[in-house]
Amino acid sequence: MEGSGCDWRPDASIDALRLRARVLRAVRAHFDAEGVLEVETPSLGSRTVTDPSIESLIARDGAGRAWYLQTSPEFAMKRLLAAGSGPIYQITRAFRDGERGRHHNHEFSILEWYRVGFDHHRLIDDIDVLLDTVLGPGPSWRLTFREAFSRHLGLDPLTAPLADLHDACRSRGFESGAAGTDRDECLDWLLSVAVQPALGSGRVYLLDFPTSRAALARVRTGSPAVAERFELYIDGIEVANGYHELQDAEELRQRMQRDIKVRSRMGQPVPEADDRLLAAHEAGLPACAGVAVGLDRLVMLAGRYRSLREVLAFTQDTA
Amino acid sequence: MPNINTSEFRSGLKLIIDGDPCSIIENEFVKPGKGQAFVRAKFRNLRSGRVIERTFKSGESVEAADVLEVSLQFIYSDGDMFHFMDEATFEQYAATVDAVAGAARWLKEQDTCTITLWNGTPIAVTPPNFATLRITETEPGVRGDTASGATKPATVETGTVIKVPLFIEQGELVKVDTRTGEYVSRARE
Repeated sequence: MEGSGCDWRPDASIDALRLRARVLRAVRAHFDAEGVLEVETPSLGSRTVTDPSIESLIARDGAGRAWYLQTSPEFAMKRLLAAGSGPIYQITRAFRDGERGRHHNHEFSILEWYRVGFDHHRLIDDIDVLLDTVLGPGPSWRLTFREAFSRHLGLDPLTAPLADLHDACRSRGFESGAAGTDRDECLDWLLSVAVQPALGSGRVYLLDFPTSRAALARVRTGSPAVAERFELYIDGIEVANGYHELQDAEELRQRMQRDIKVRSRMGQPVPEADDRLLAAHEAGLPACAGVAVGLDRLVMLAGRYRSLREVLAFTQDTA
Repeated sequence: MPNINTSEFRSGLKLIIDGDPCSIIENEFVKPGKGQAFVRAKFRNLRSGRVIERTFKSGESVEAADVLEVSLQFIYSDGDMFHFMDEATFEQYAATVDAVAGAARWLKEQDTCTITLWNGTPIAVTPPNFATLRITETEPGVRGDTASGATKPATVETGTVIKVPLFIEQGELVKVDTRTGEYVSRARE
């Protein structure tokens, strides 16, 4: 047997693992006190997300059938909501192919919850209560996507011509024009390298995303229309993503079909749309707001660590 | 050369950027939860030594550079080119003055250097960390002064001027750190 000389030691310190256990206890105590039900849903699903920016890992069973390792528990939890579960939360592993870096690991922990009858603003209040417990009390700010870009880049992300977005990318070391980068990709890049680091320390909720980045949030009509989606940044690090949830089954079907078209055009794997999720929406998803929190990143921030490696017992490099 | 996908980026990997061979110093995965993934990389241009930063969309491919580091013996310079030889195969390589650059200050015949070859052609030369060189010209030595720390200029056999302690005499051998250009100690044949 091989063995001697192998790097067998954990990535995280035992202290970091104690902190993780404390955070888990605090999370469960919070939701227990709030009357939110803890649920568990499968890690292996027959369907997966169509979102072109998220790739699934696949496990095969003995009969050769492919099972998607779930990239988030969202679809299964929405089926529970449609079945009348009331407010629910889950702490689970999620899996995303190709995501590996200082703040990424292809297997990670998600804390996801849904509040029936809440909109995204009430849900943010709820998140703040939880964060006060886990990180200690602290202020938070709410800023629209538009305000953030105009403040830190002098650009209107919703109306600026594509050429201006390319110029802004180029001045920050990304030849987006040559790479054939579209509007959304430019905004993704600028958000990551220019806006996010400028948000400063503390909690900032970025609200009202462009409709093209609505994901599964409902769209609020207006001029221009925006998606009722938010992201939470703590000390400039993305920690959570939430929606005032889209209820309309037909709109959901159209968004999935659009994703599938993008995937086939880009030569990405093309999964089938999740028909059980669509059926649940047809039966009726209650009005609700939901959020997914990157639990590993939260533990990292709680312990003032700088990388996920310091809070994961074993990363994908040592798993 | 094959194309390398961004997912295979590692520090030390050699790629062609803007037509020049470059080596990855560090790379970072950048991805919003619901958005395009990018790889942001810092490179050293192996010809100029300059550091550049580039961003790629995750999944993009970049041409690999056929870059090799070999140990070769310096045999002679003819003024235009510096000639090196592989001591095992006796194969010879000629490096331009540009490729040799600052290494020329320390190159003495029969020294073994690290040569960076791109498509078989030398593009950079790294001299041994320590070179043993003879002093060809310096003021007469001050005997016994081994403690003051004072120095004087001295020319070594490659023509380079270095600072040496006052007790060093013309004709002596000295050991020089080629990375800093500093005198280290006296040396023997």
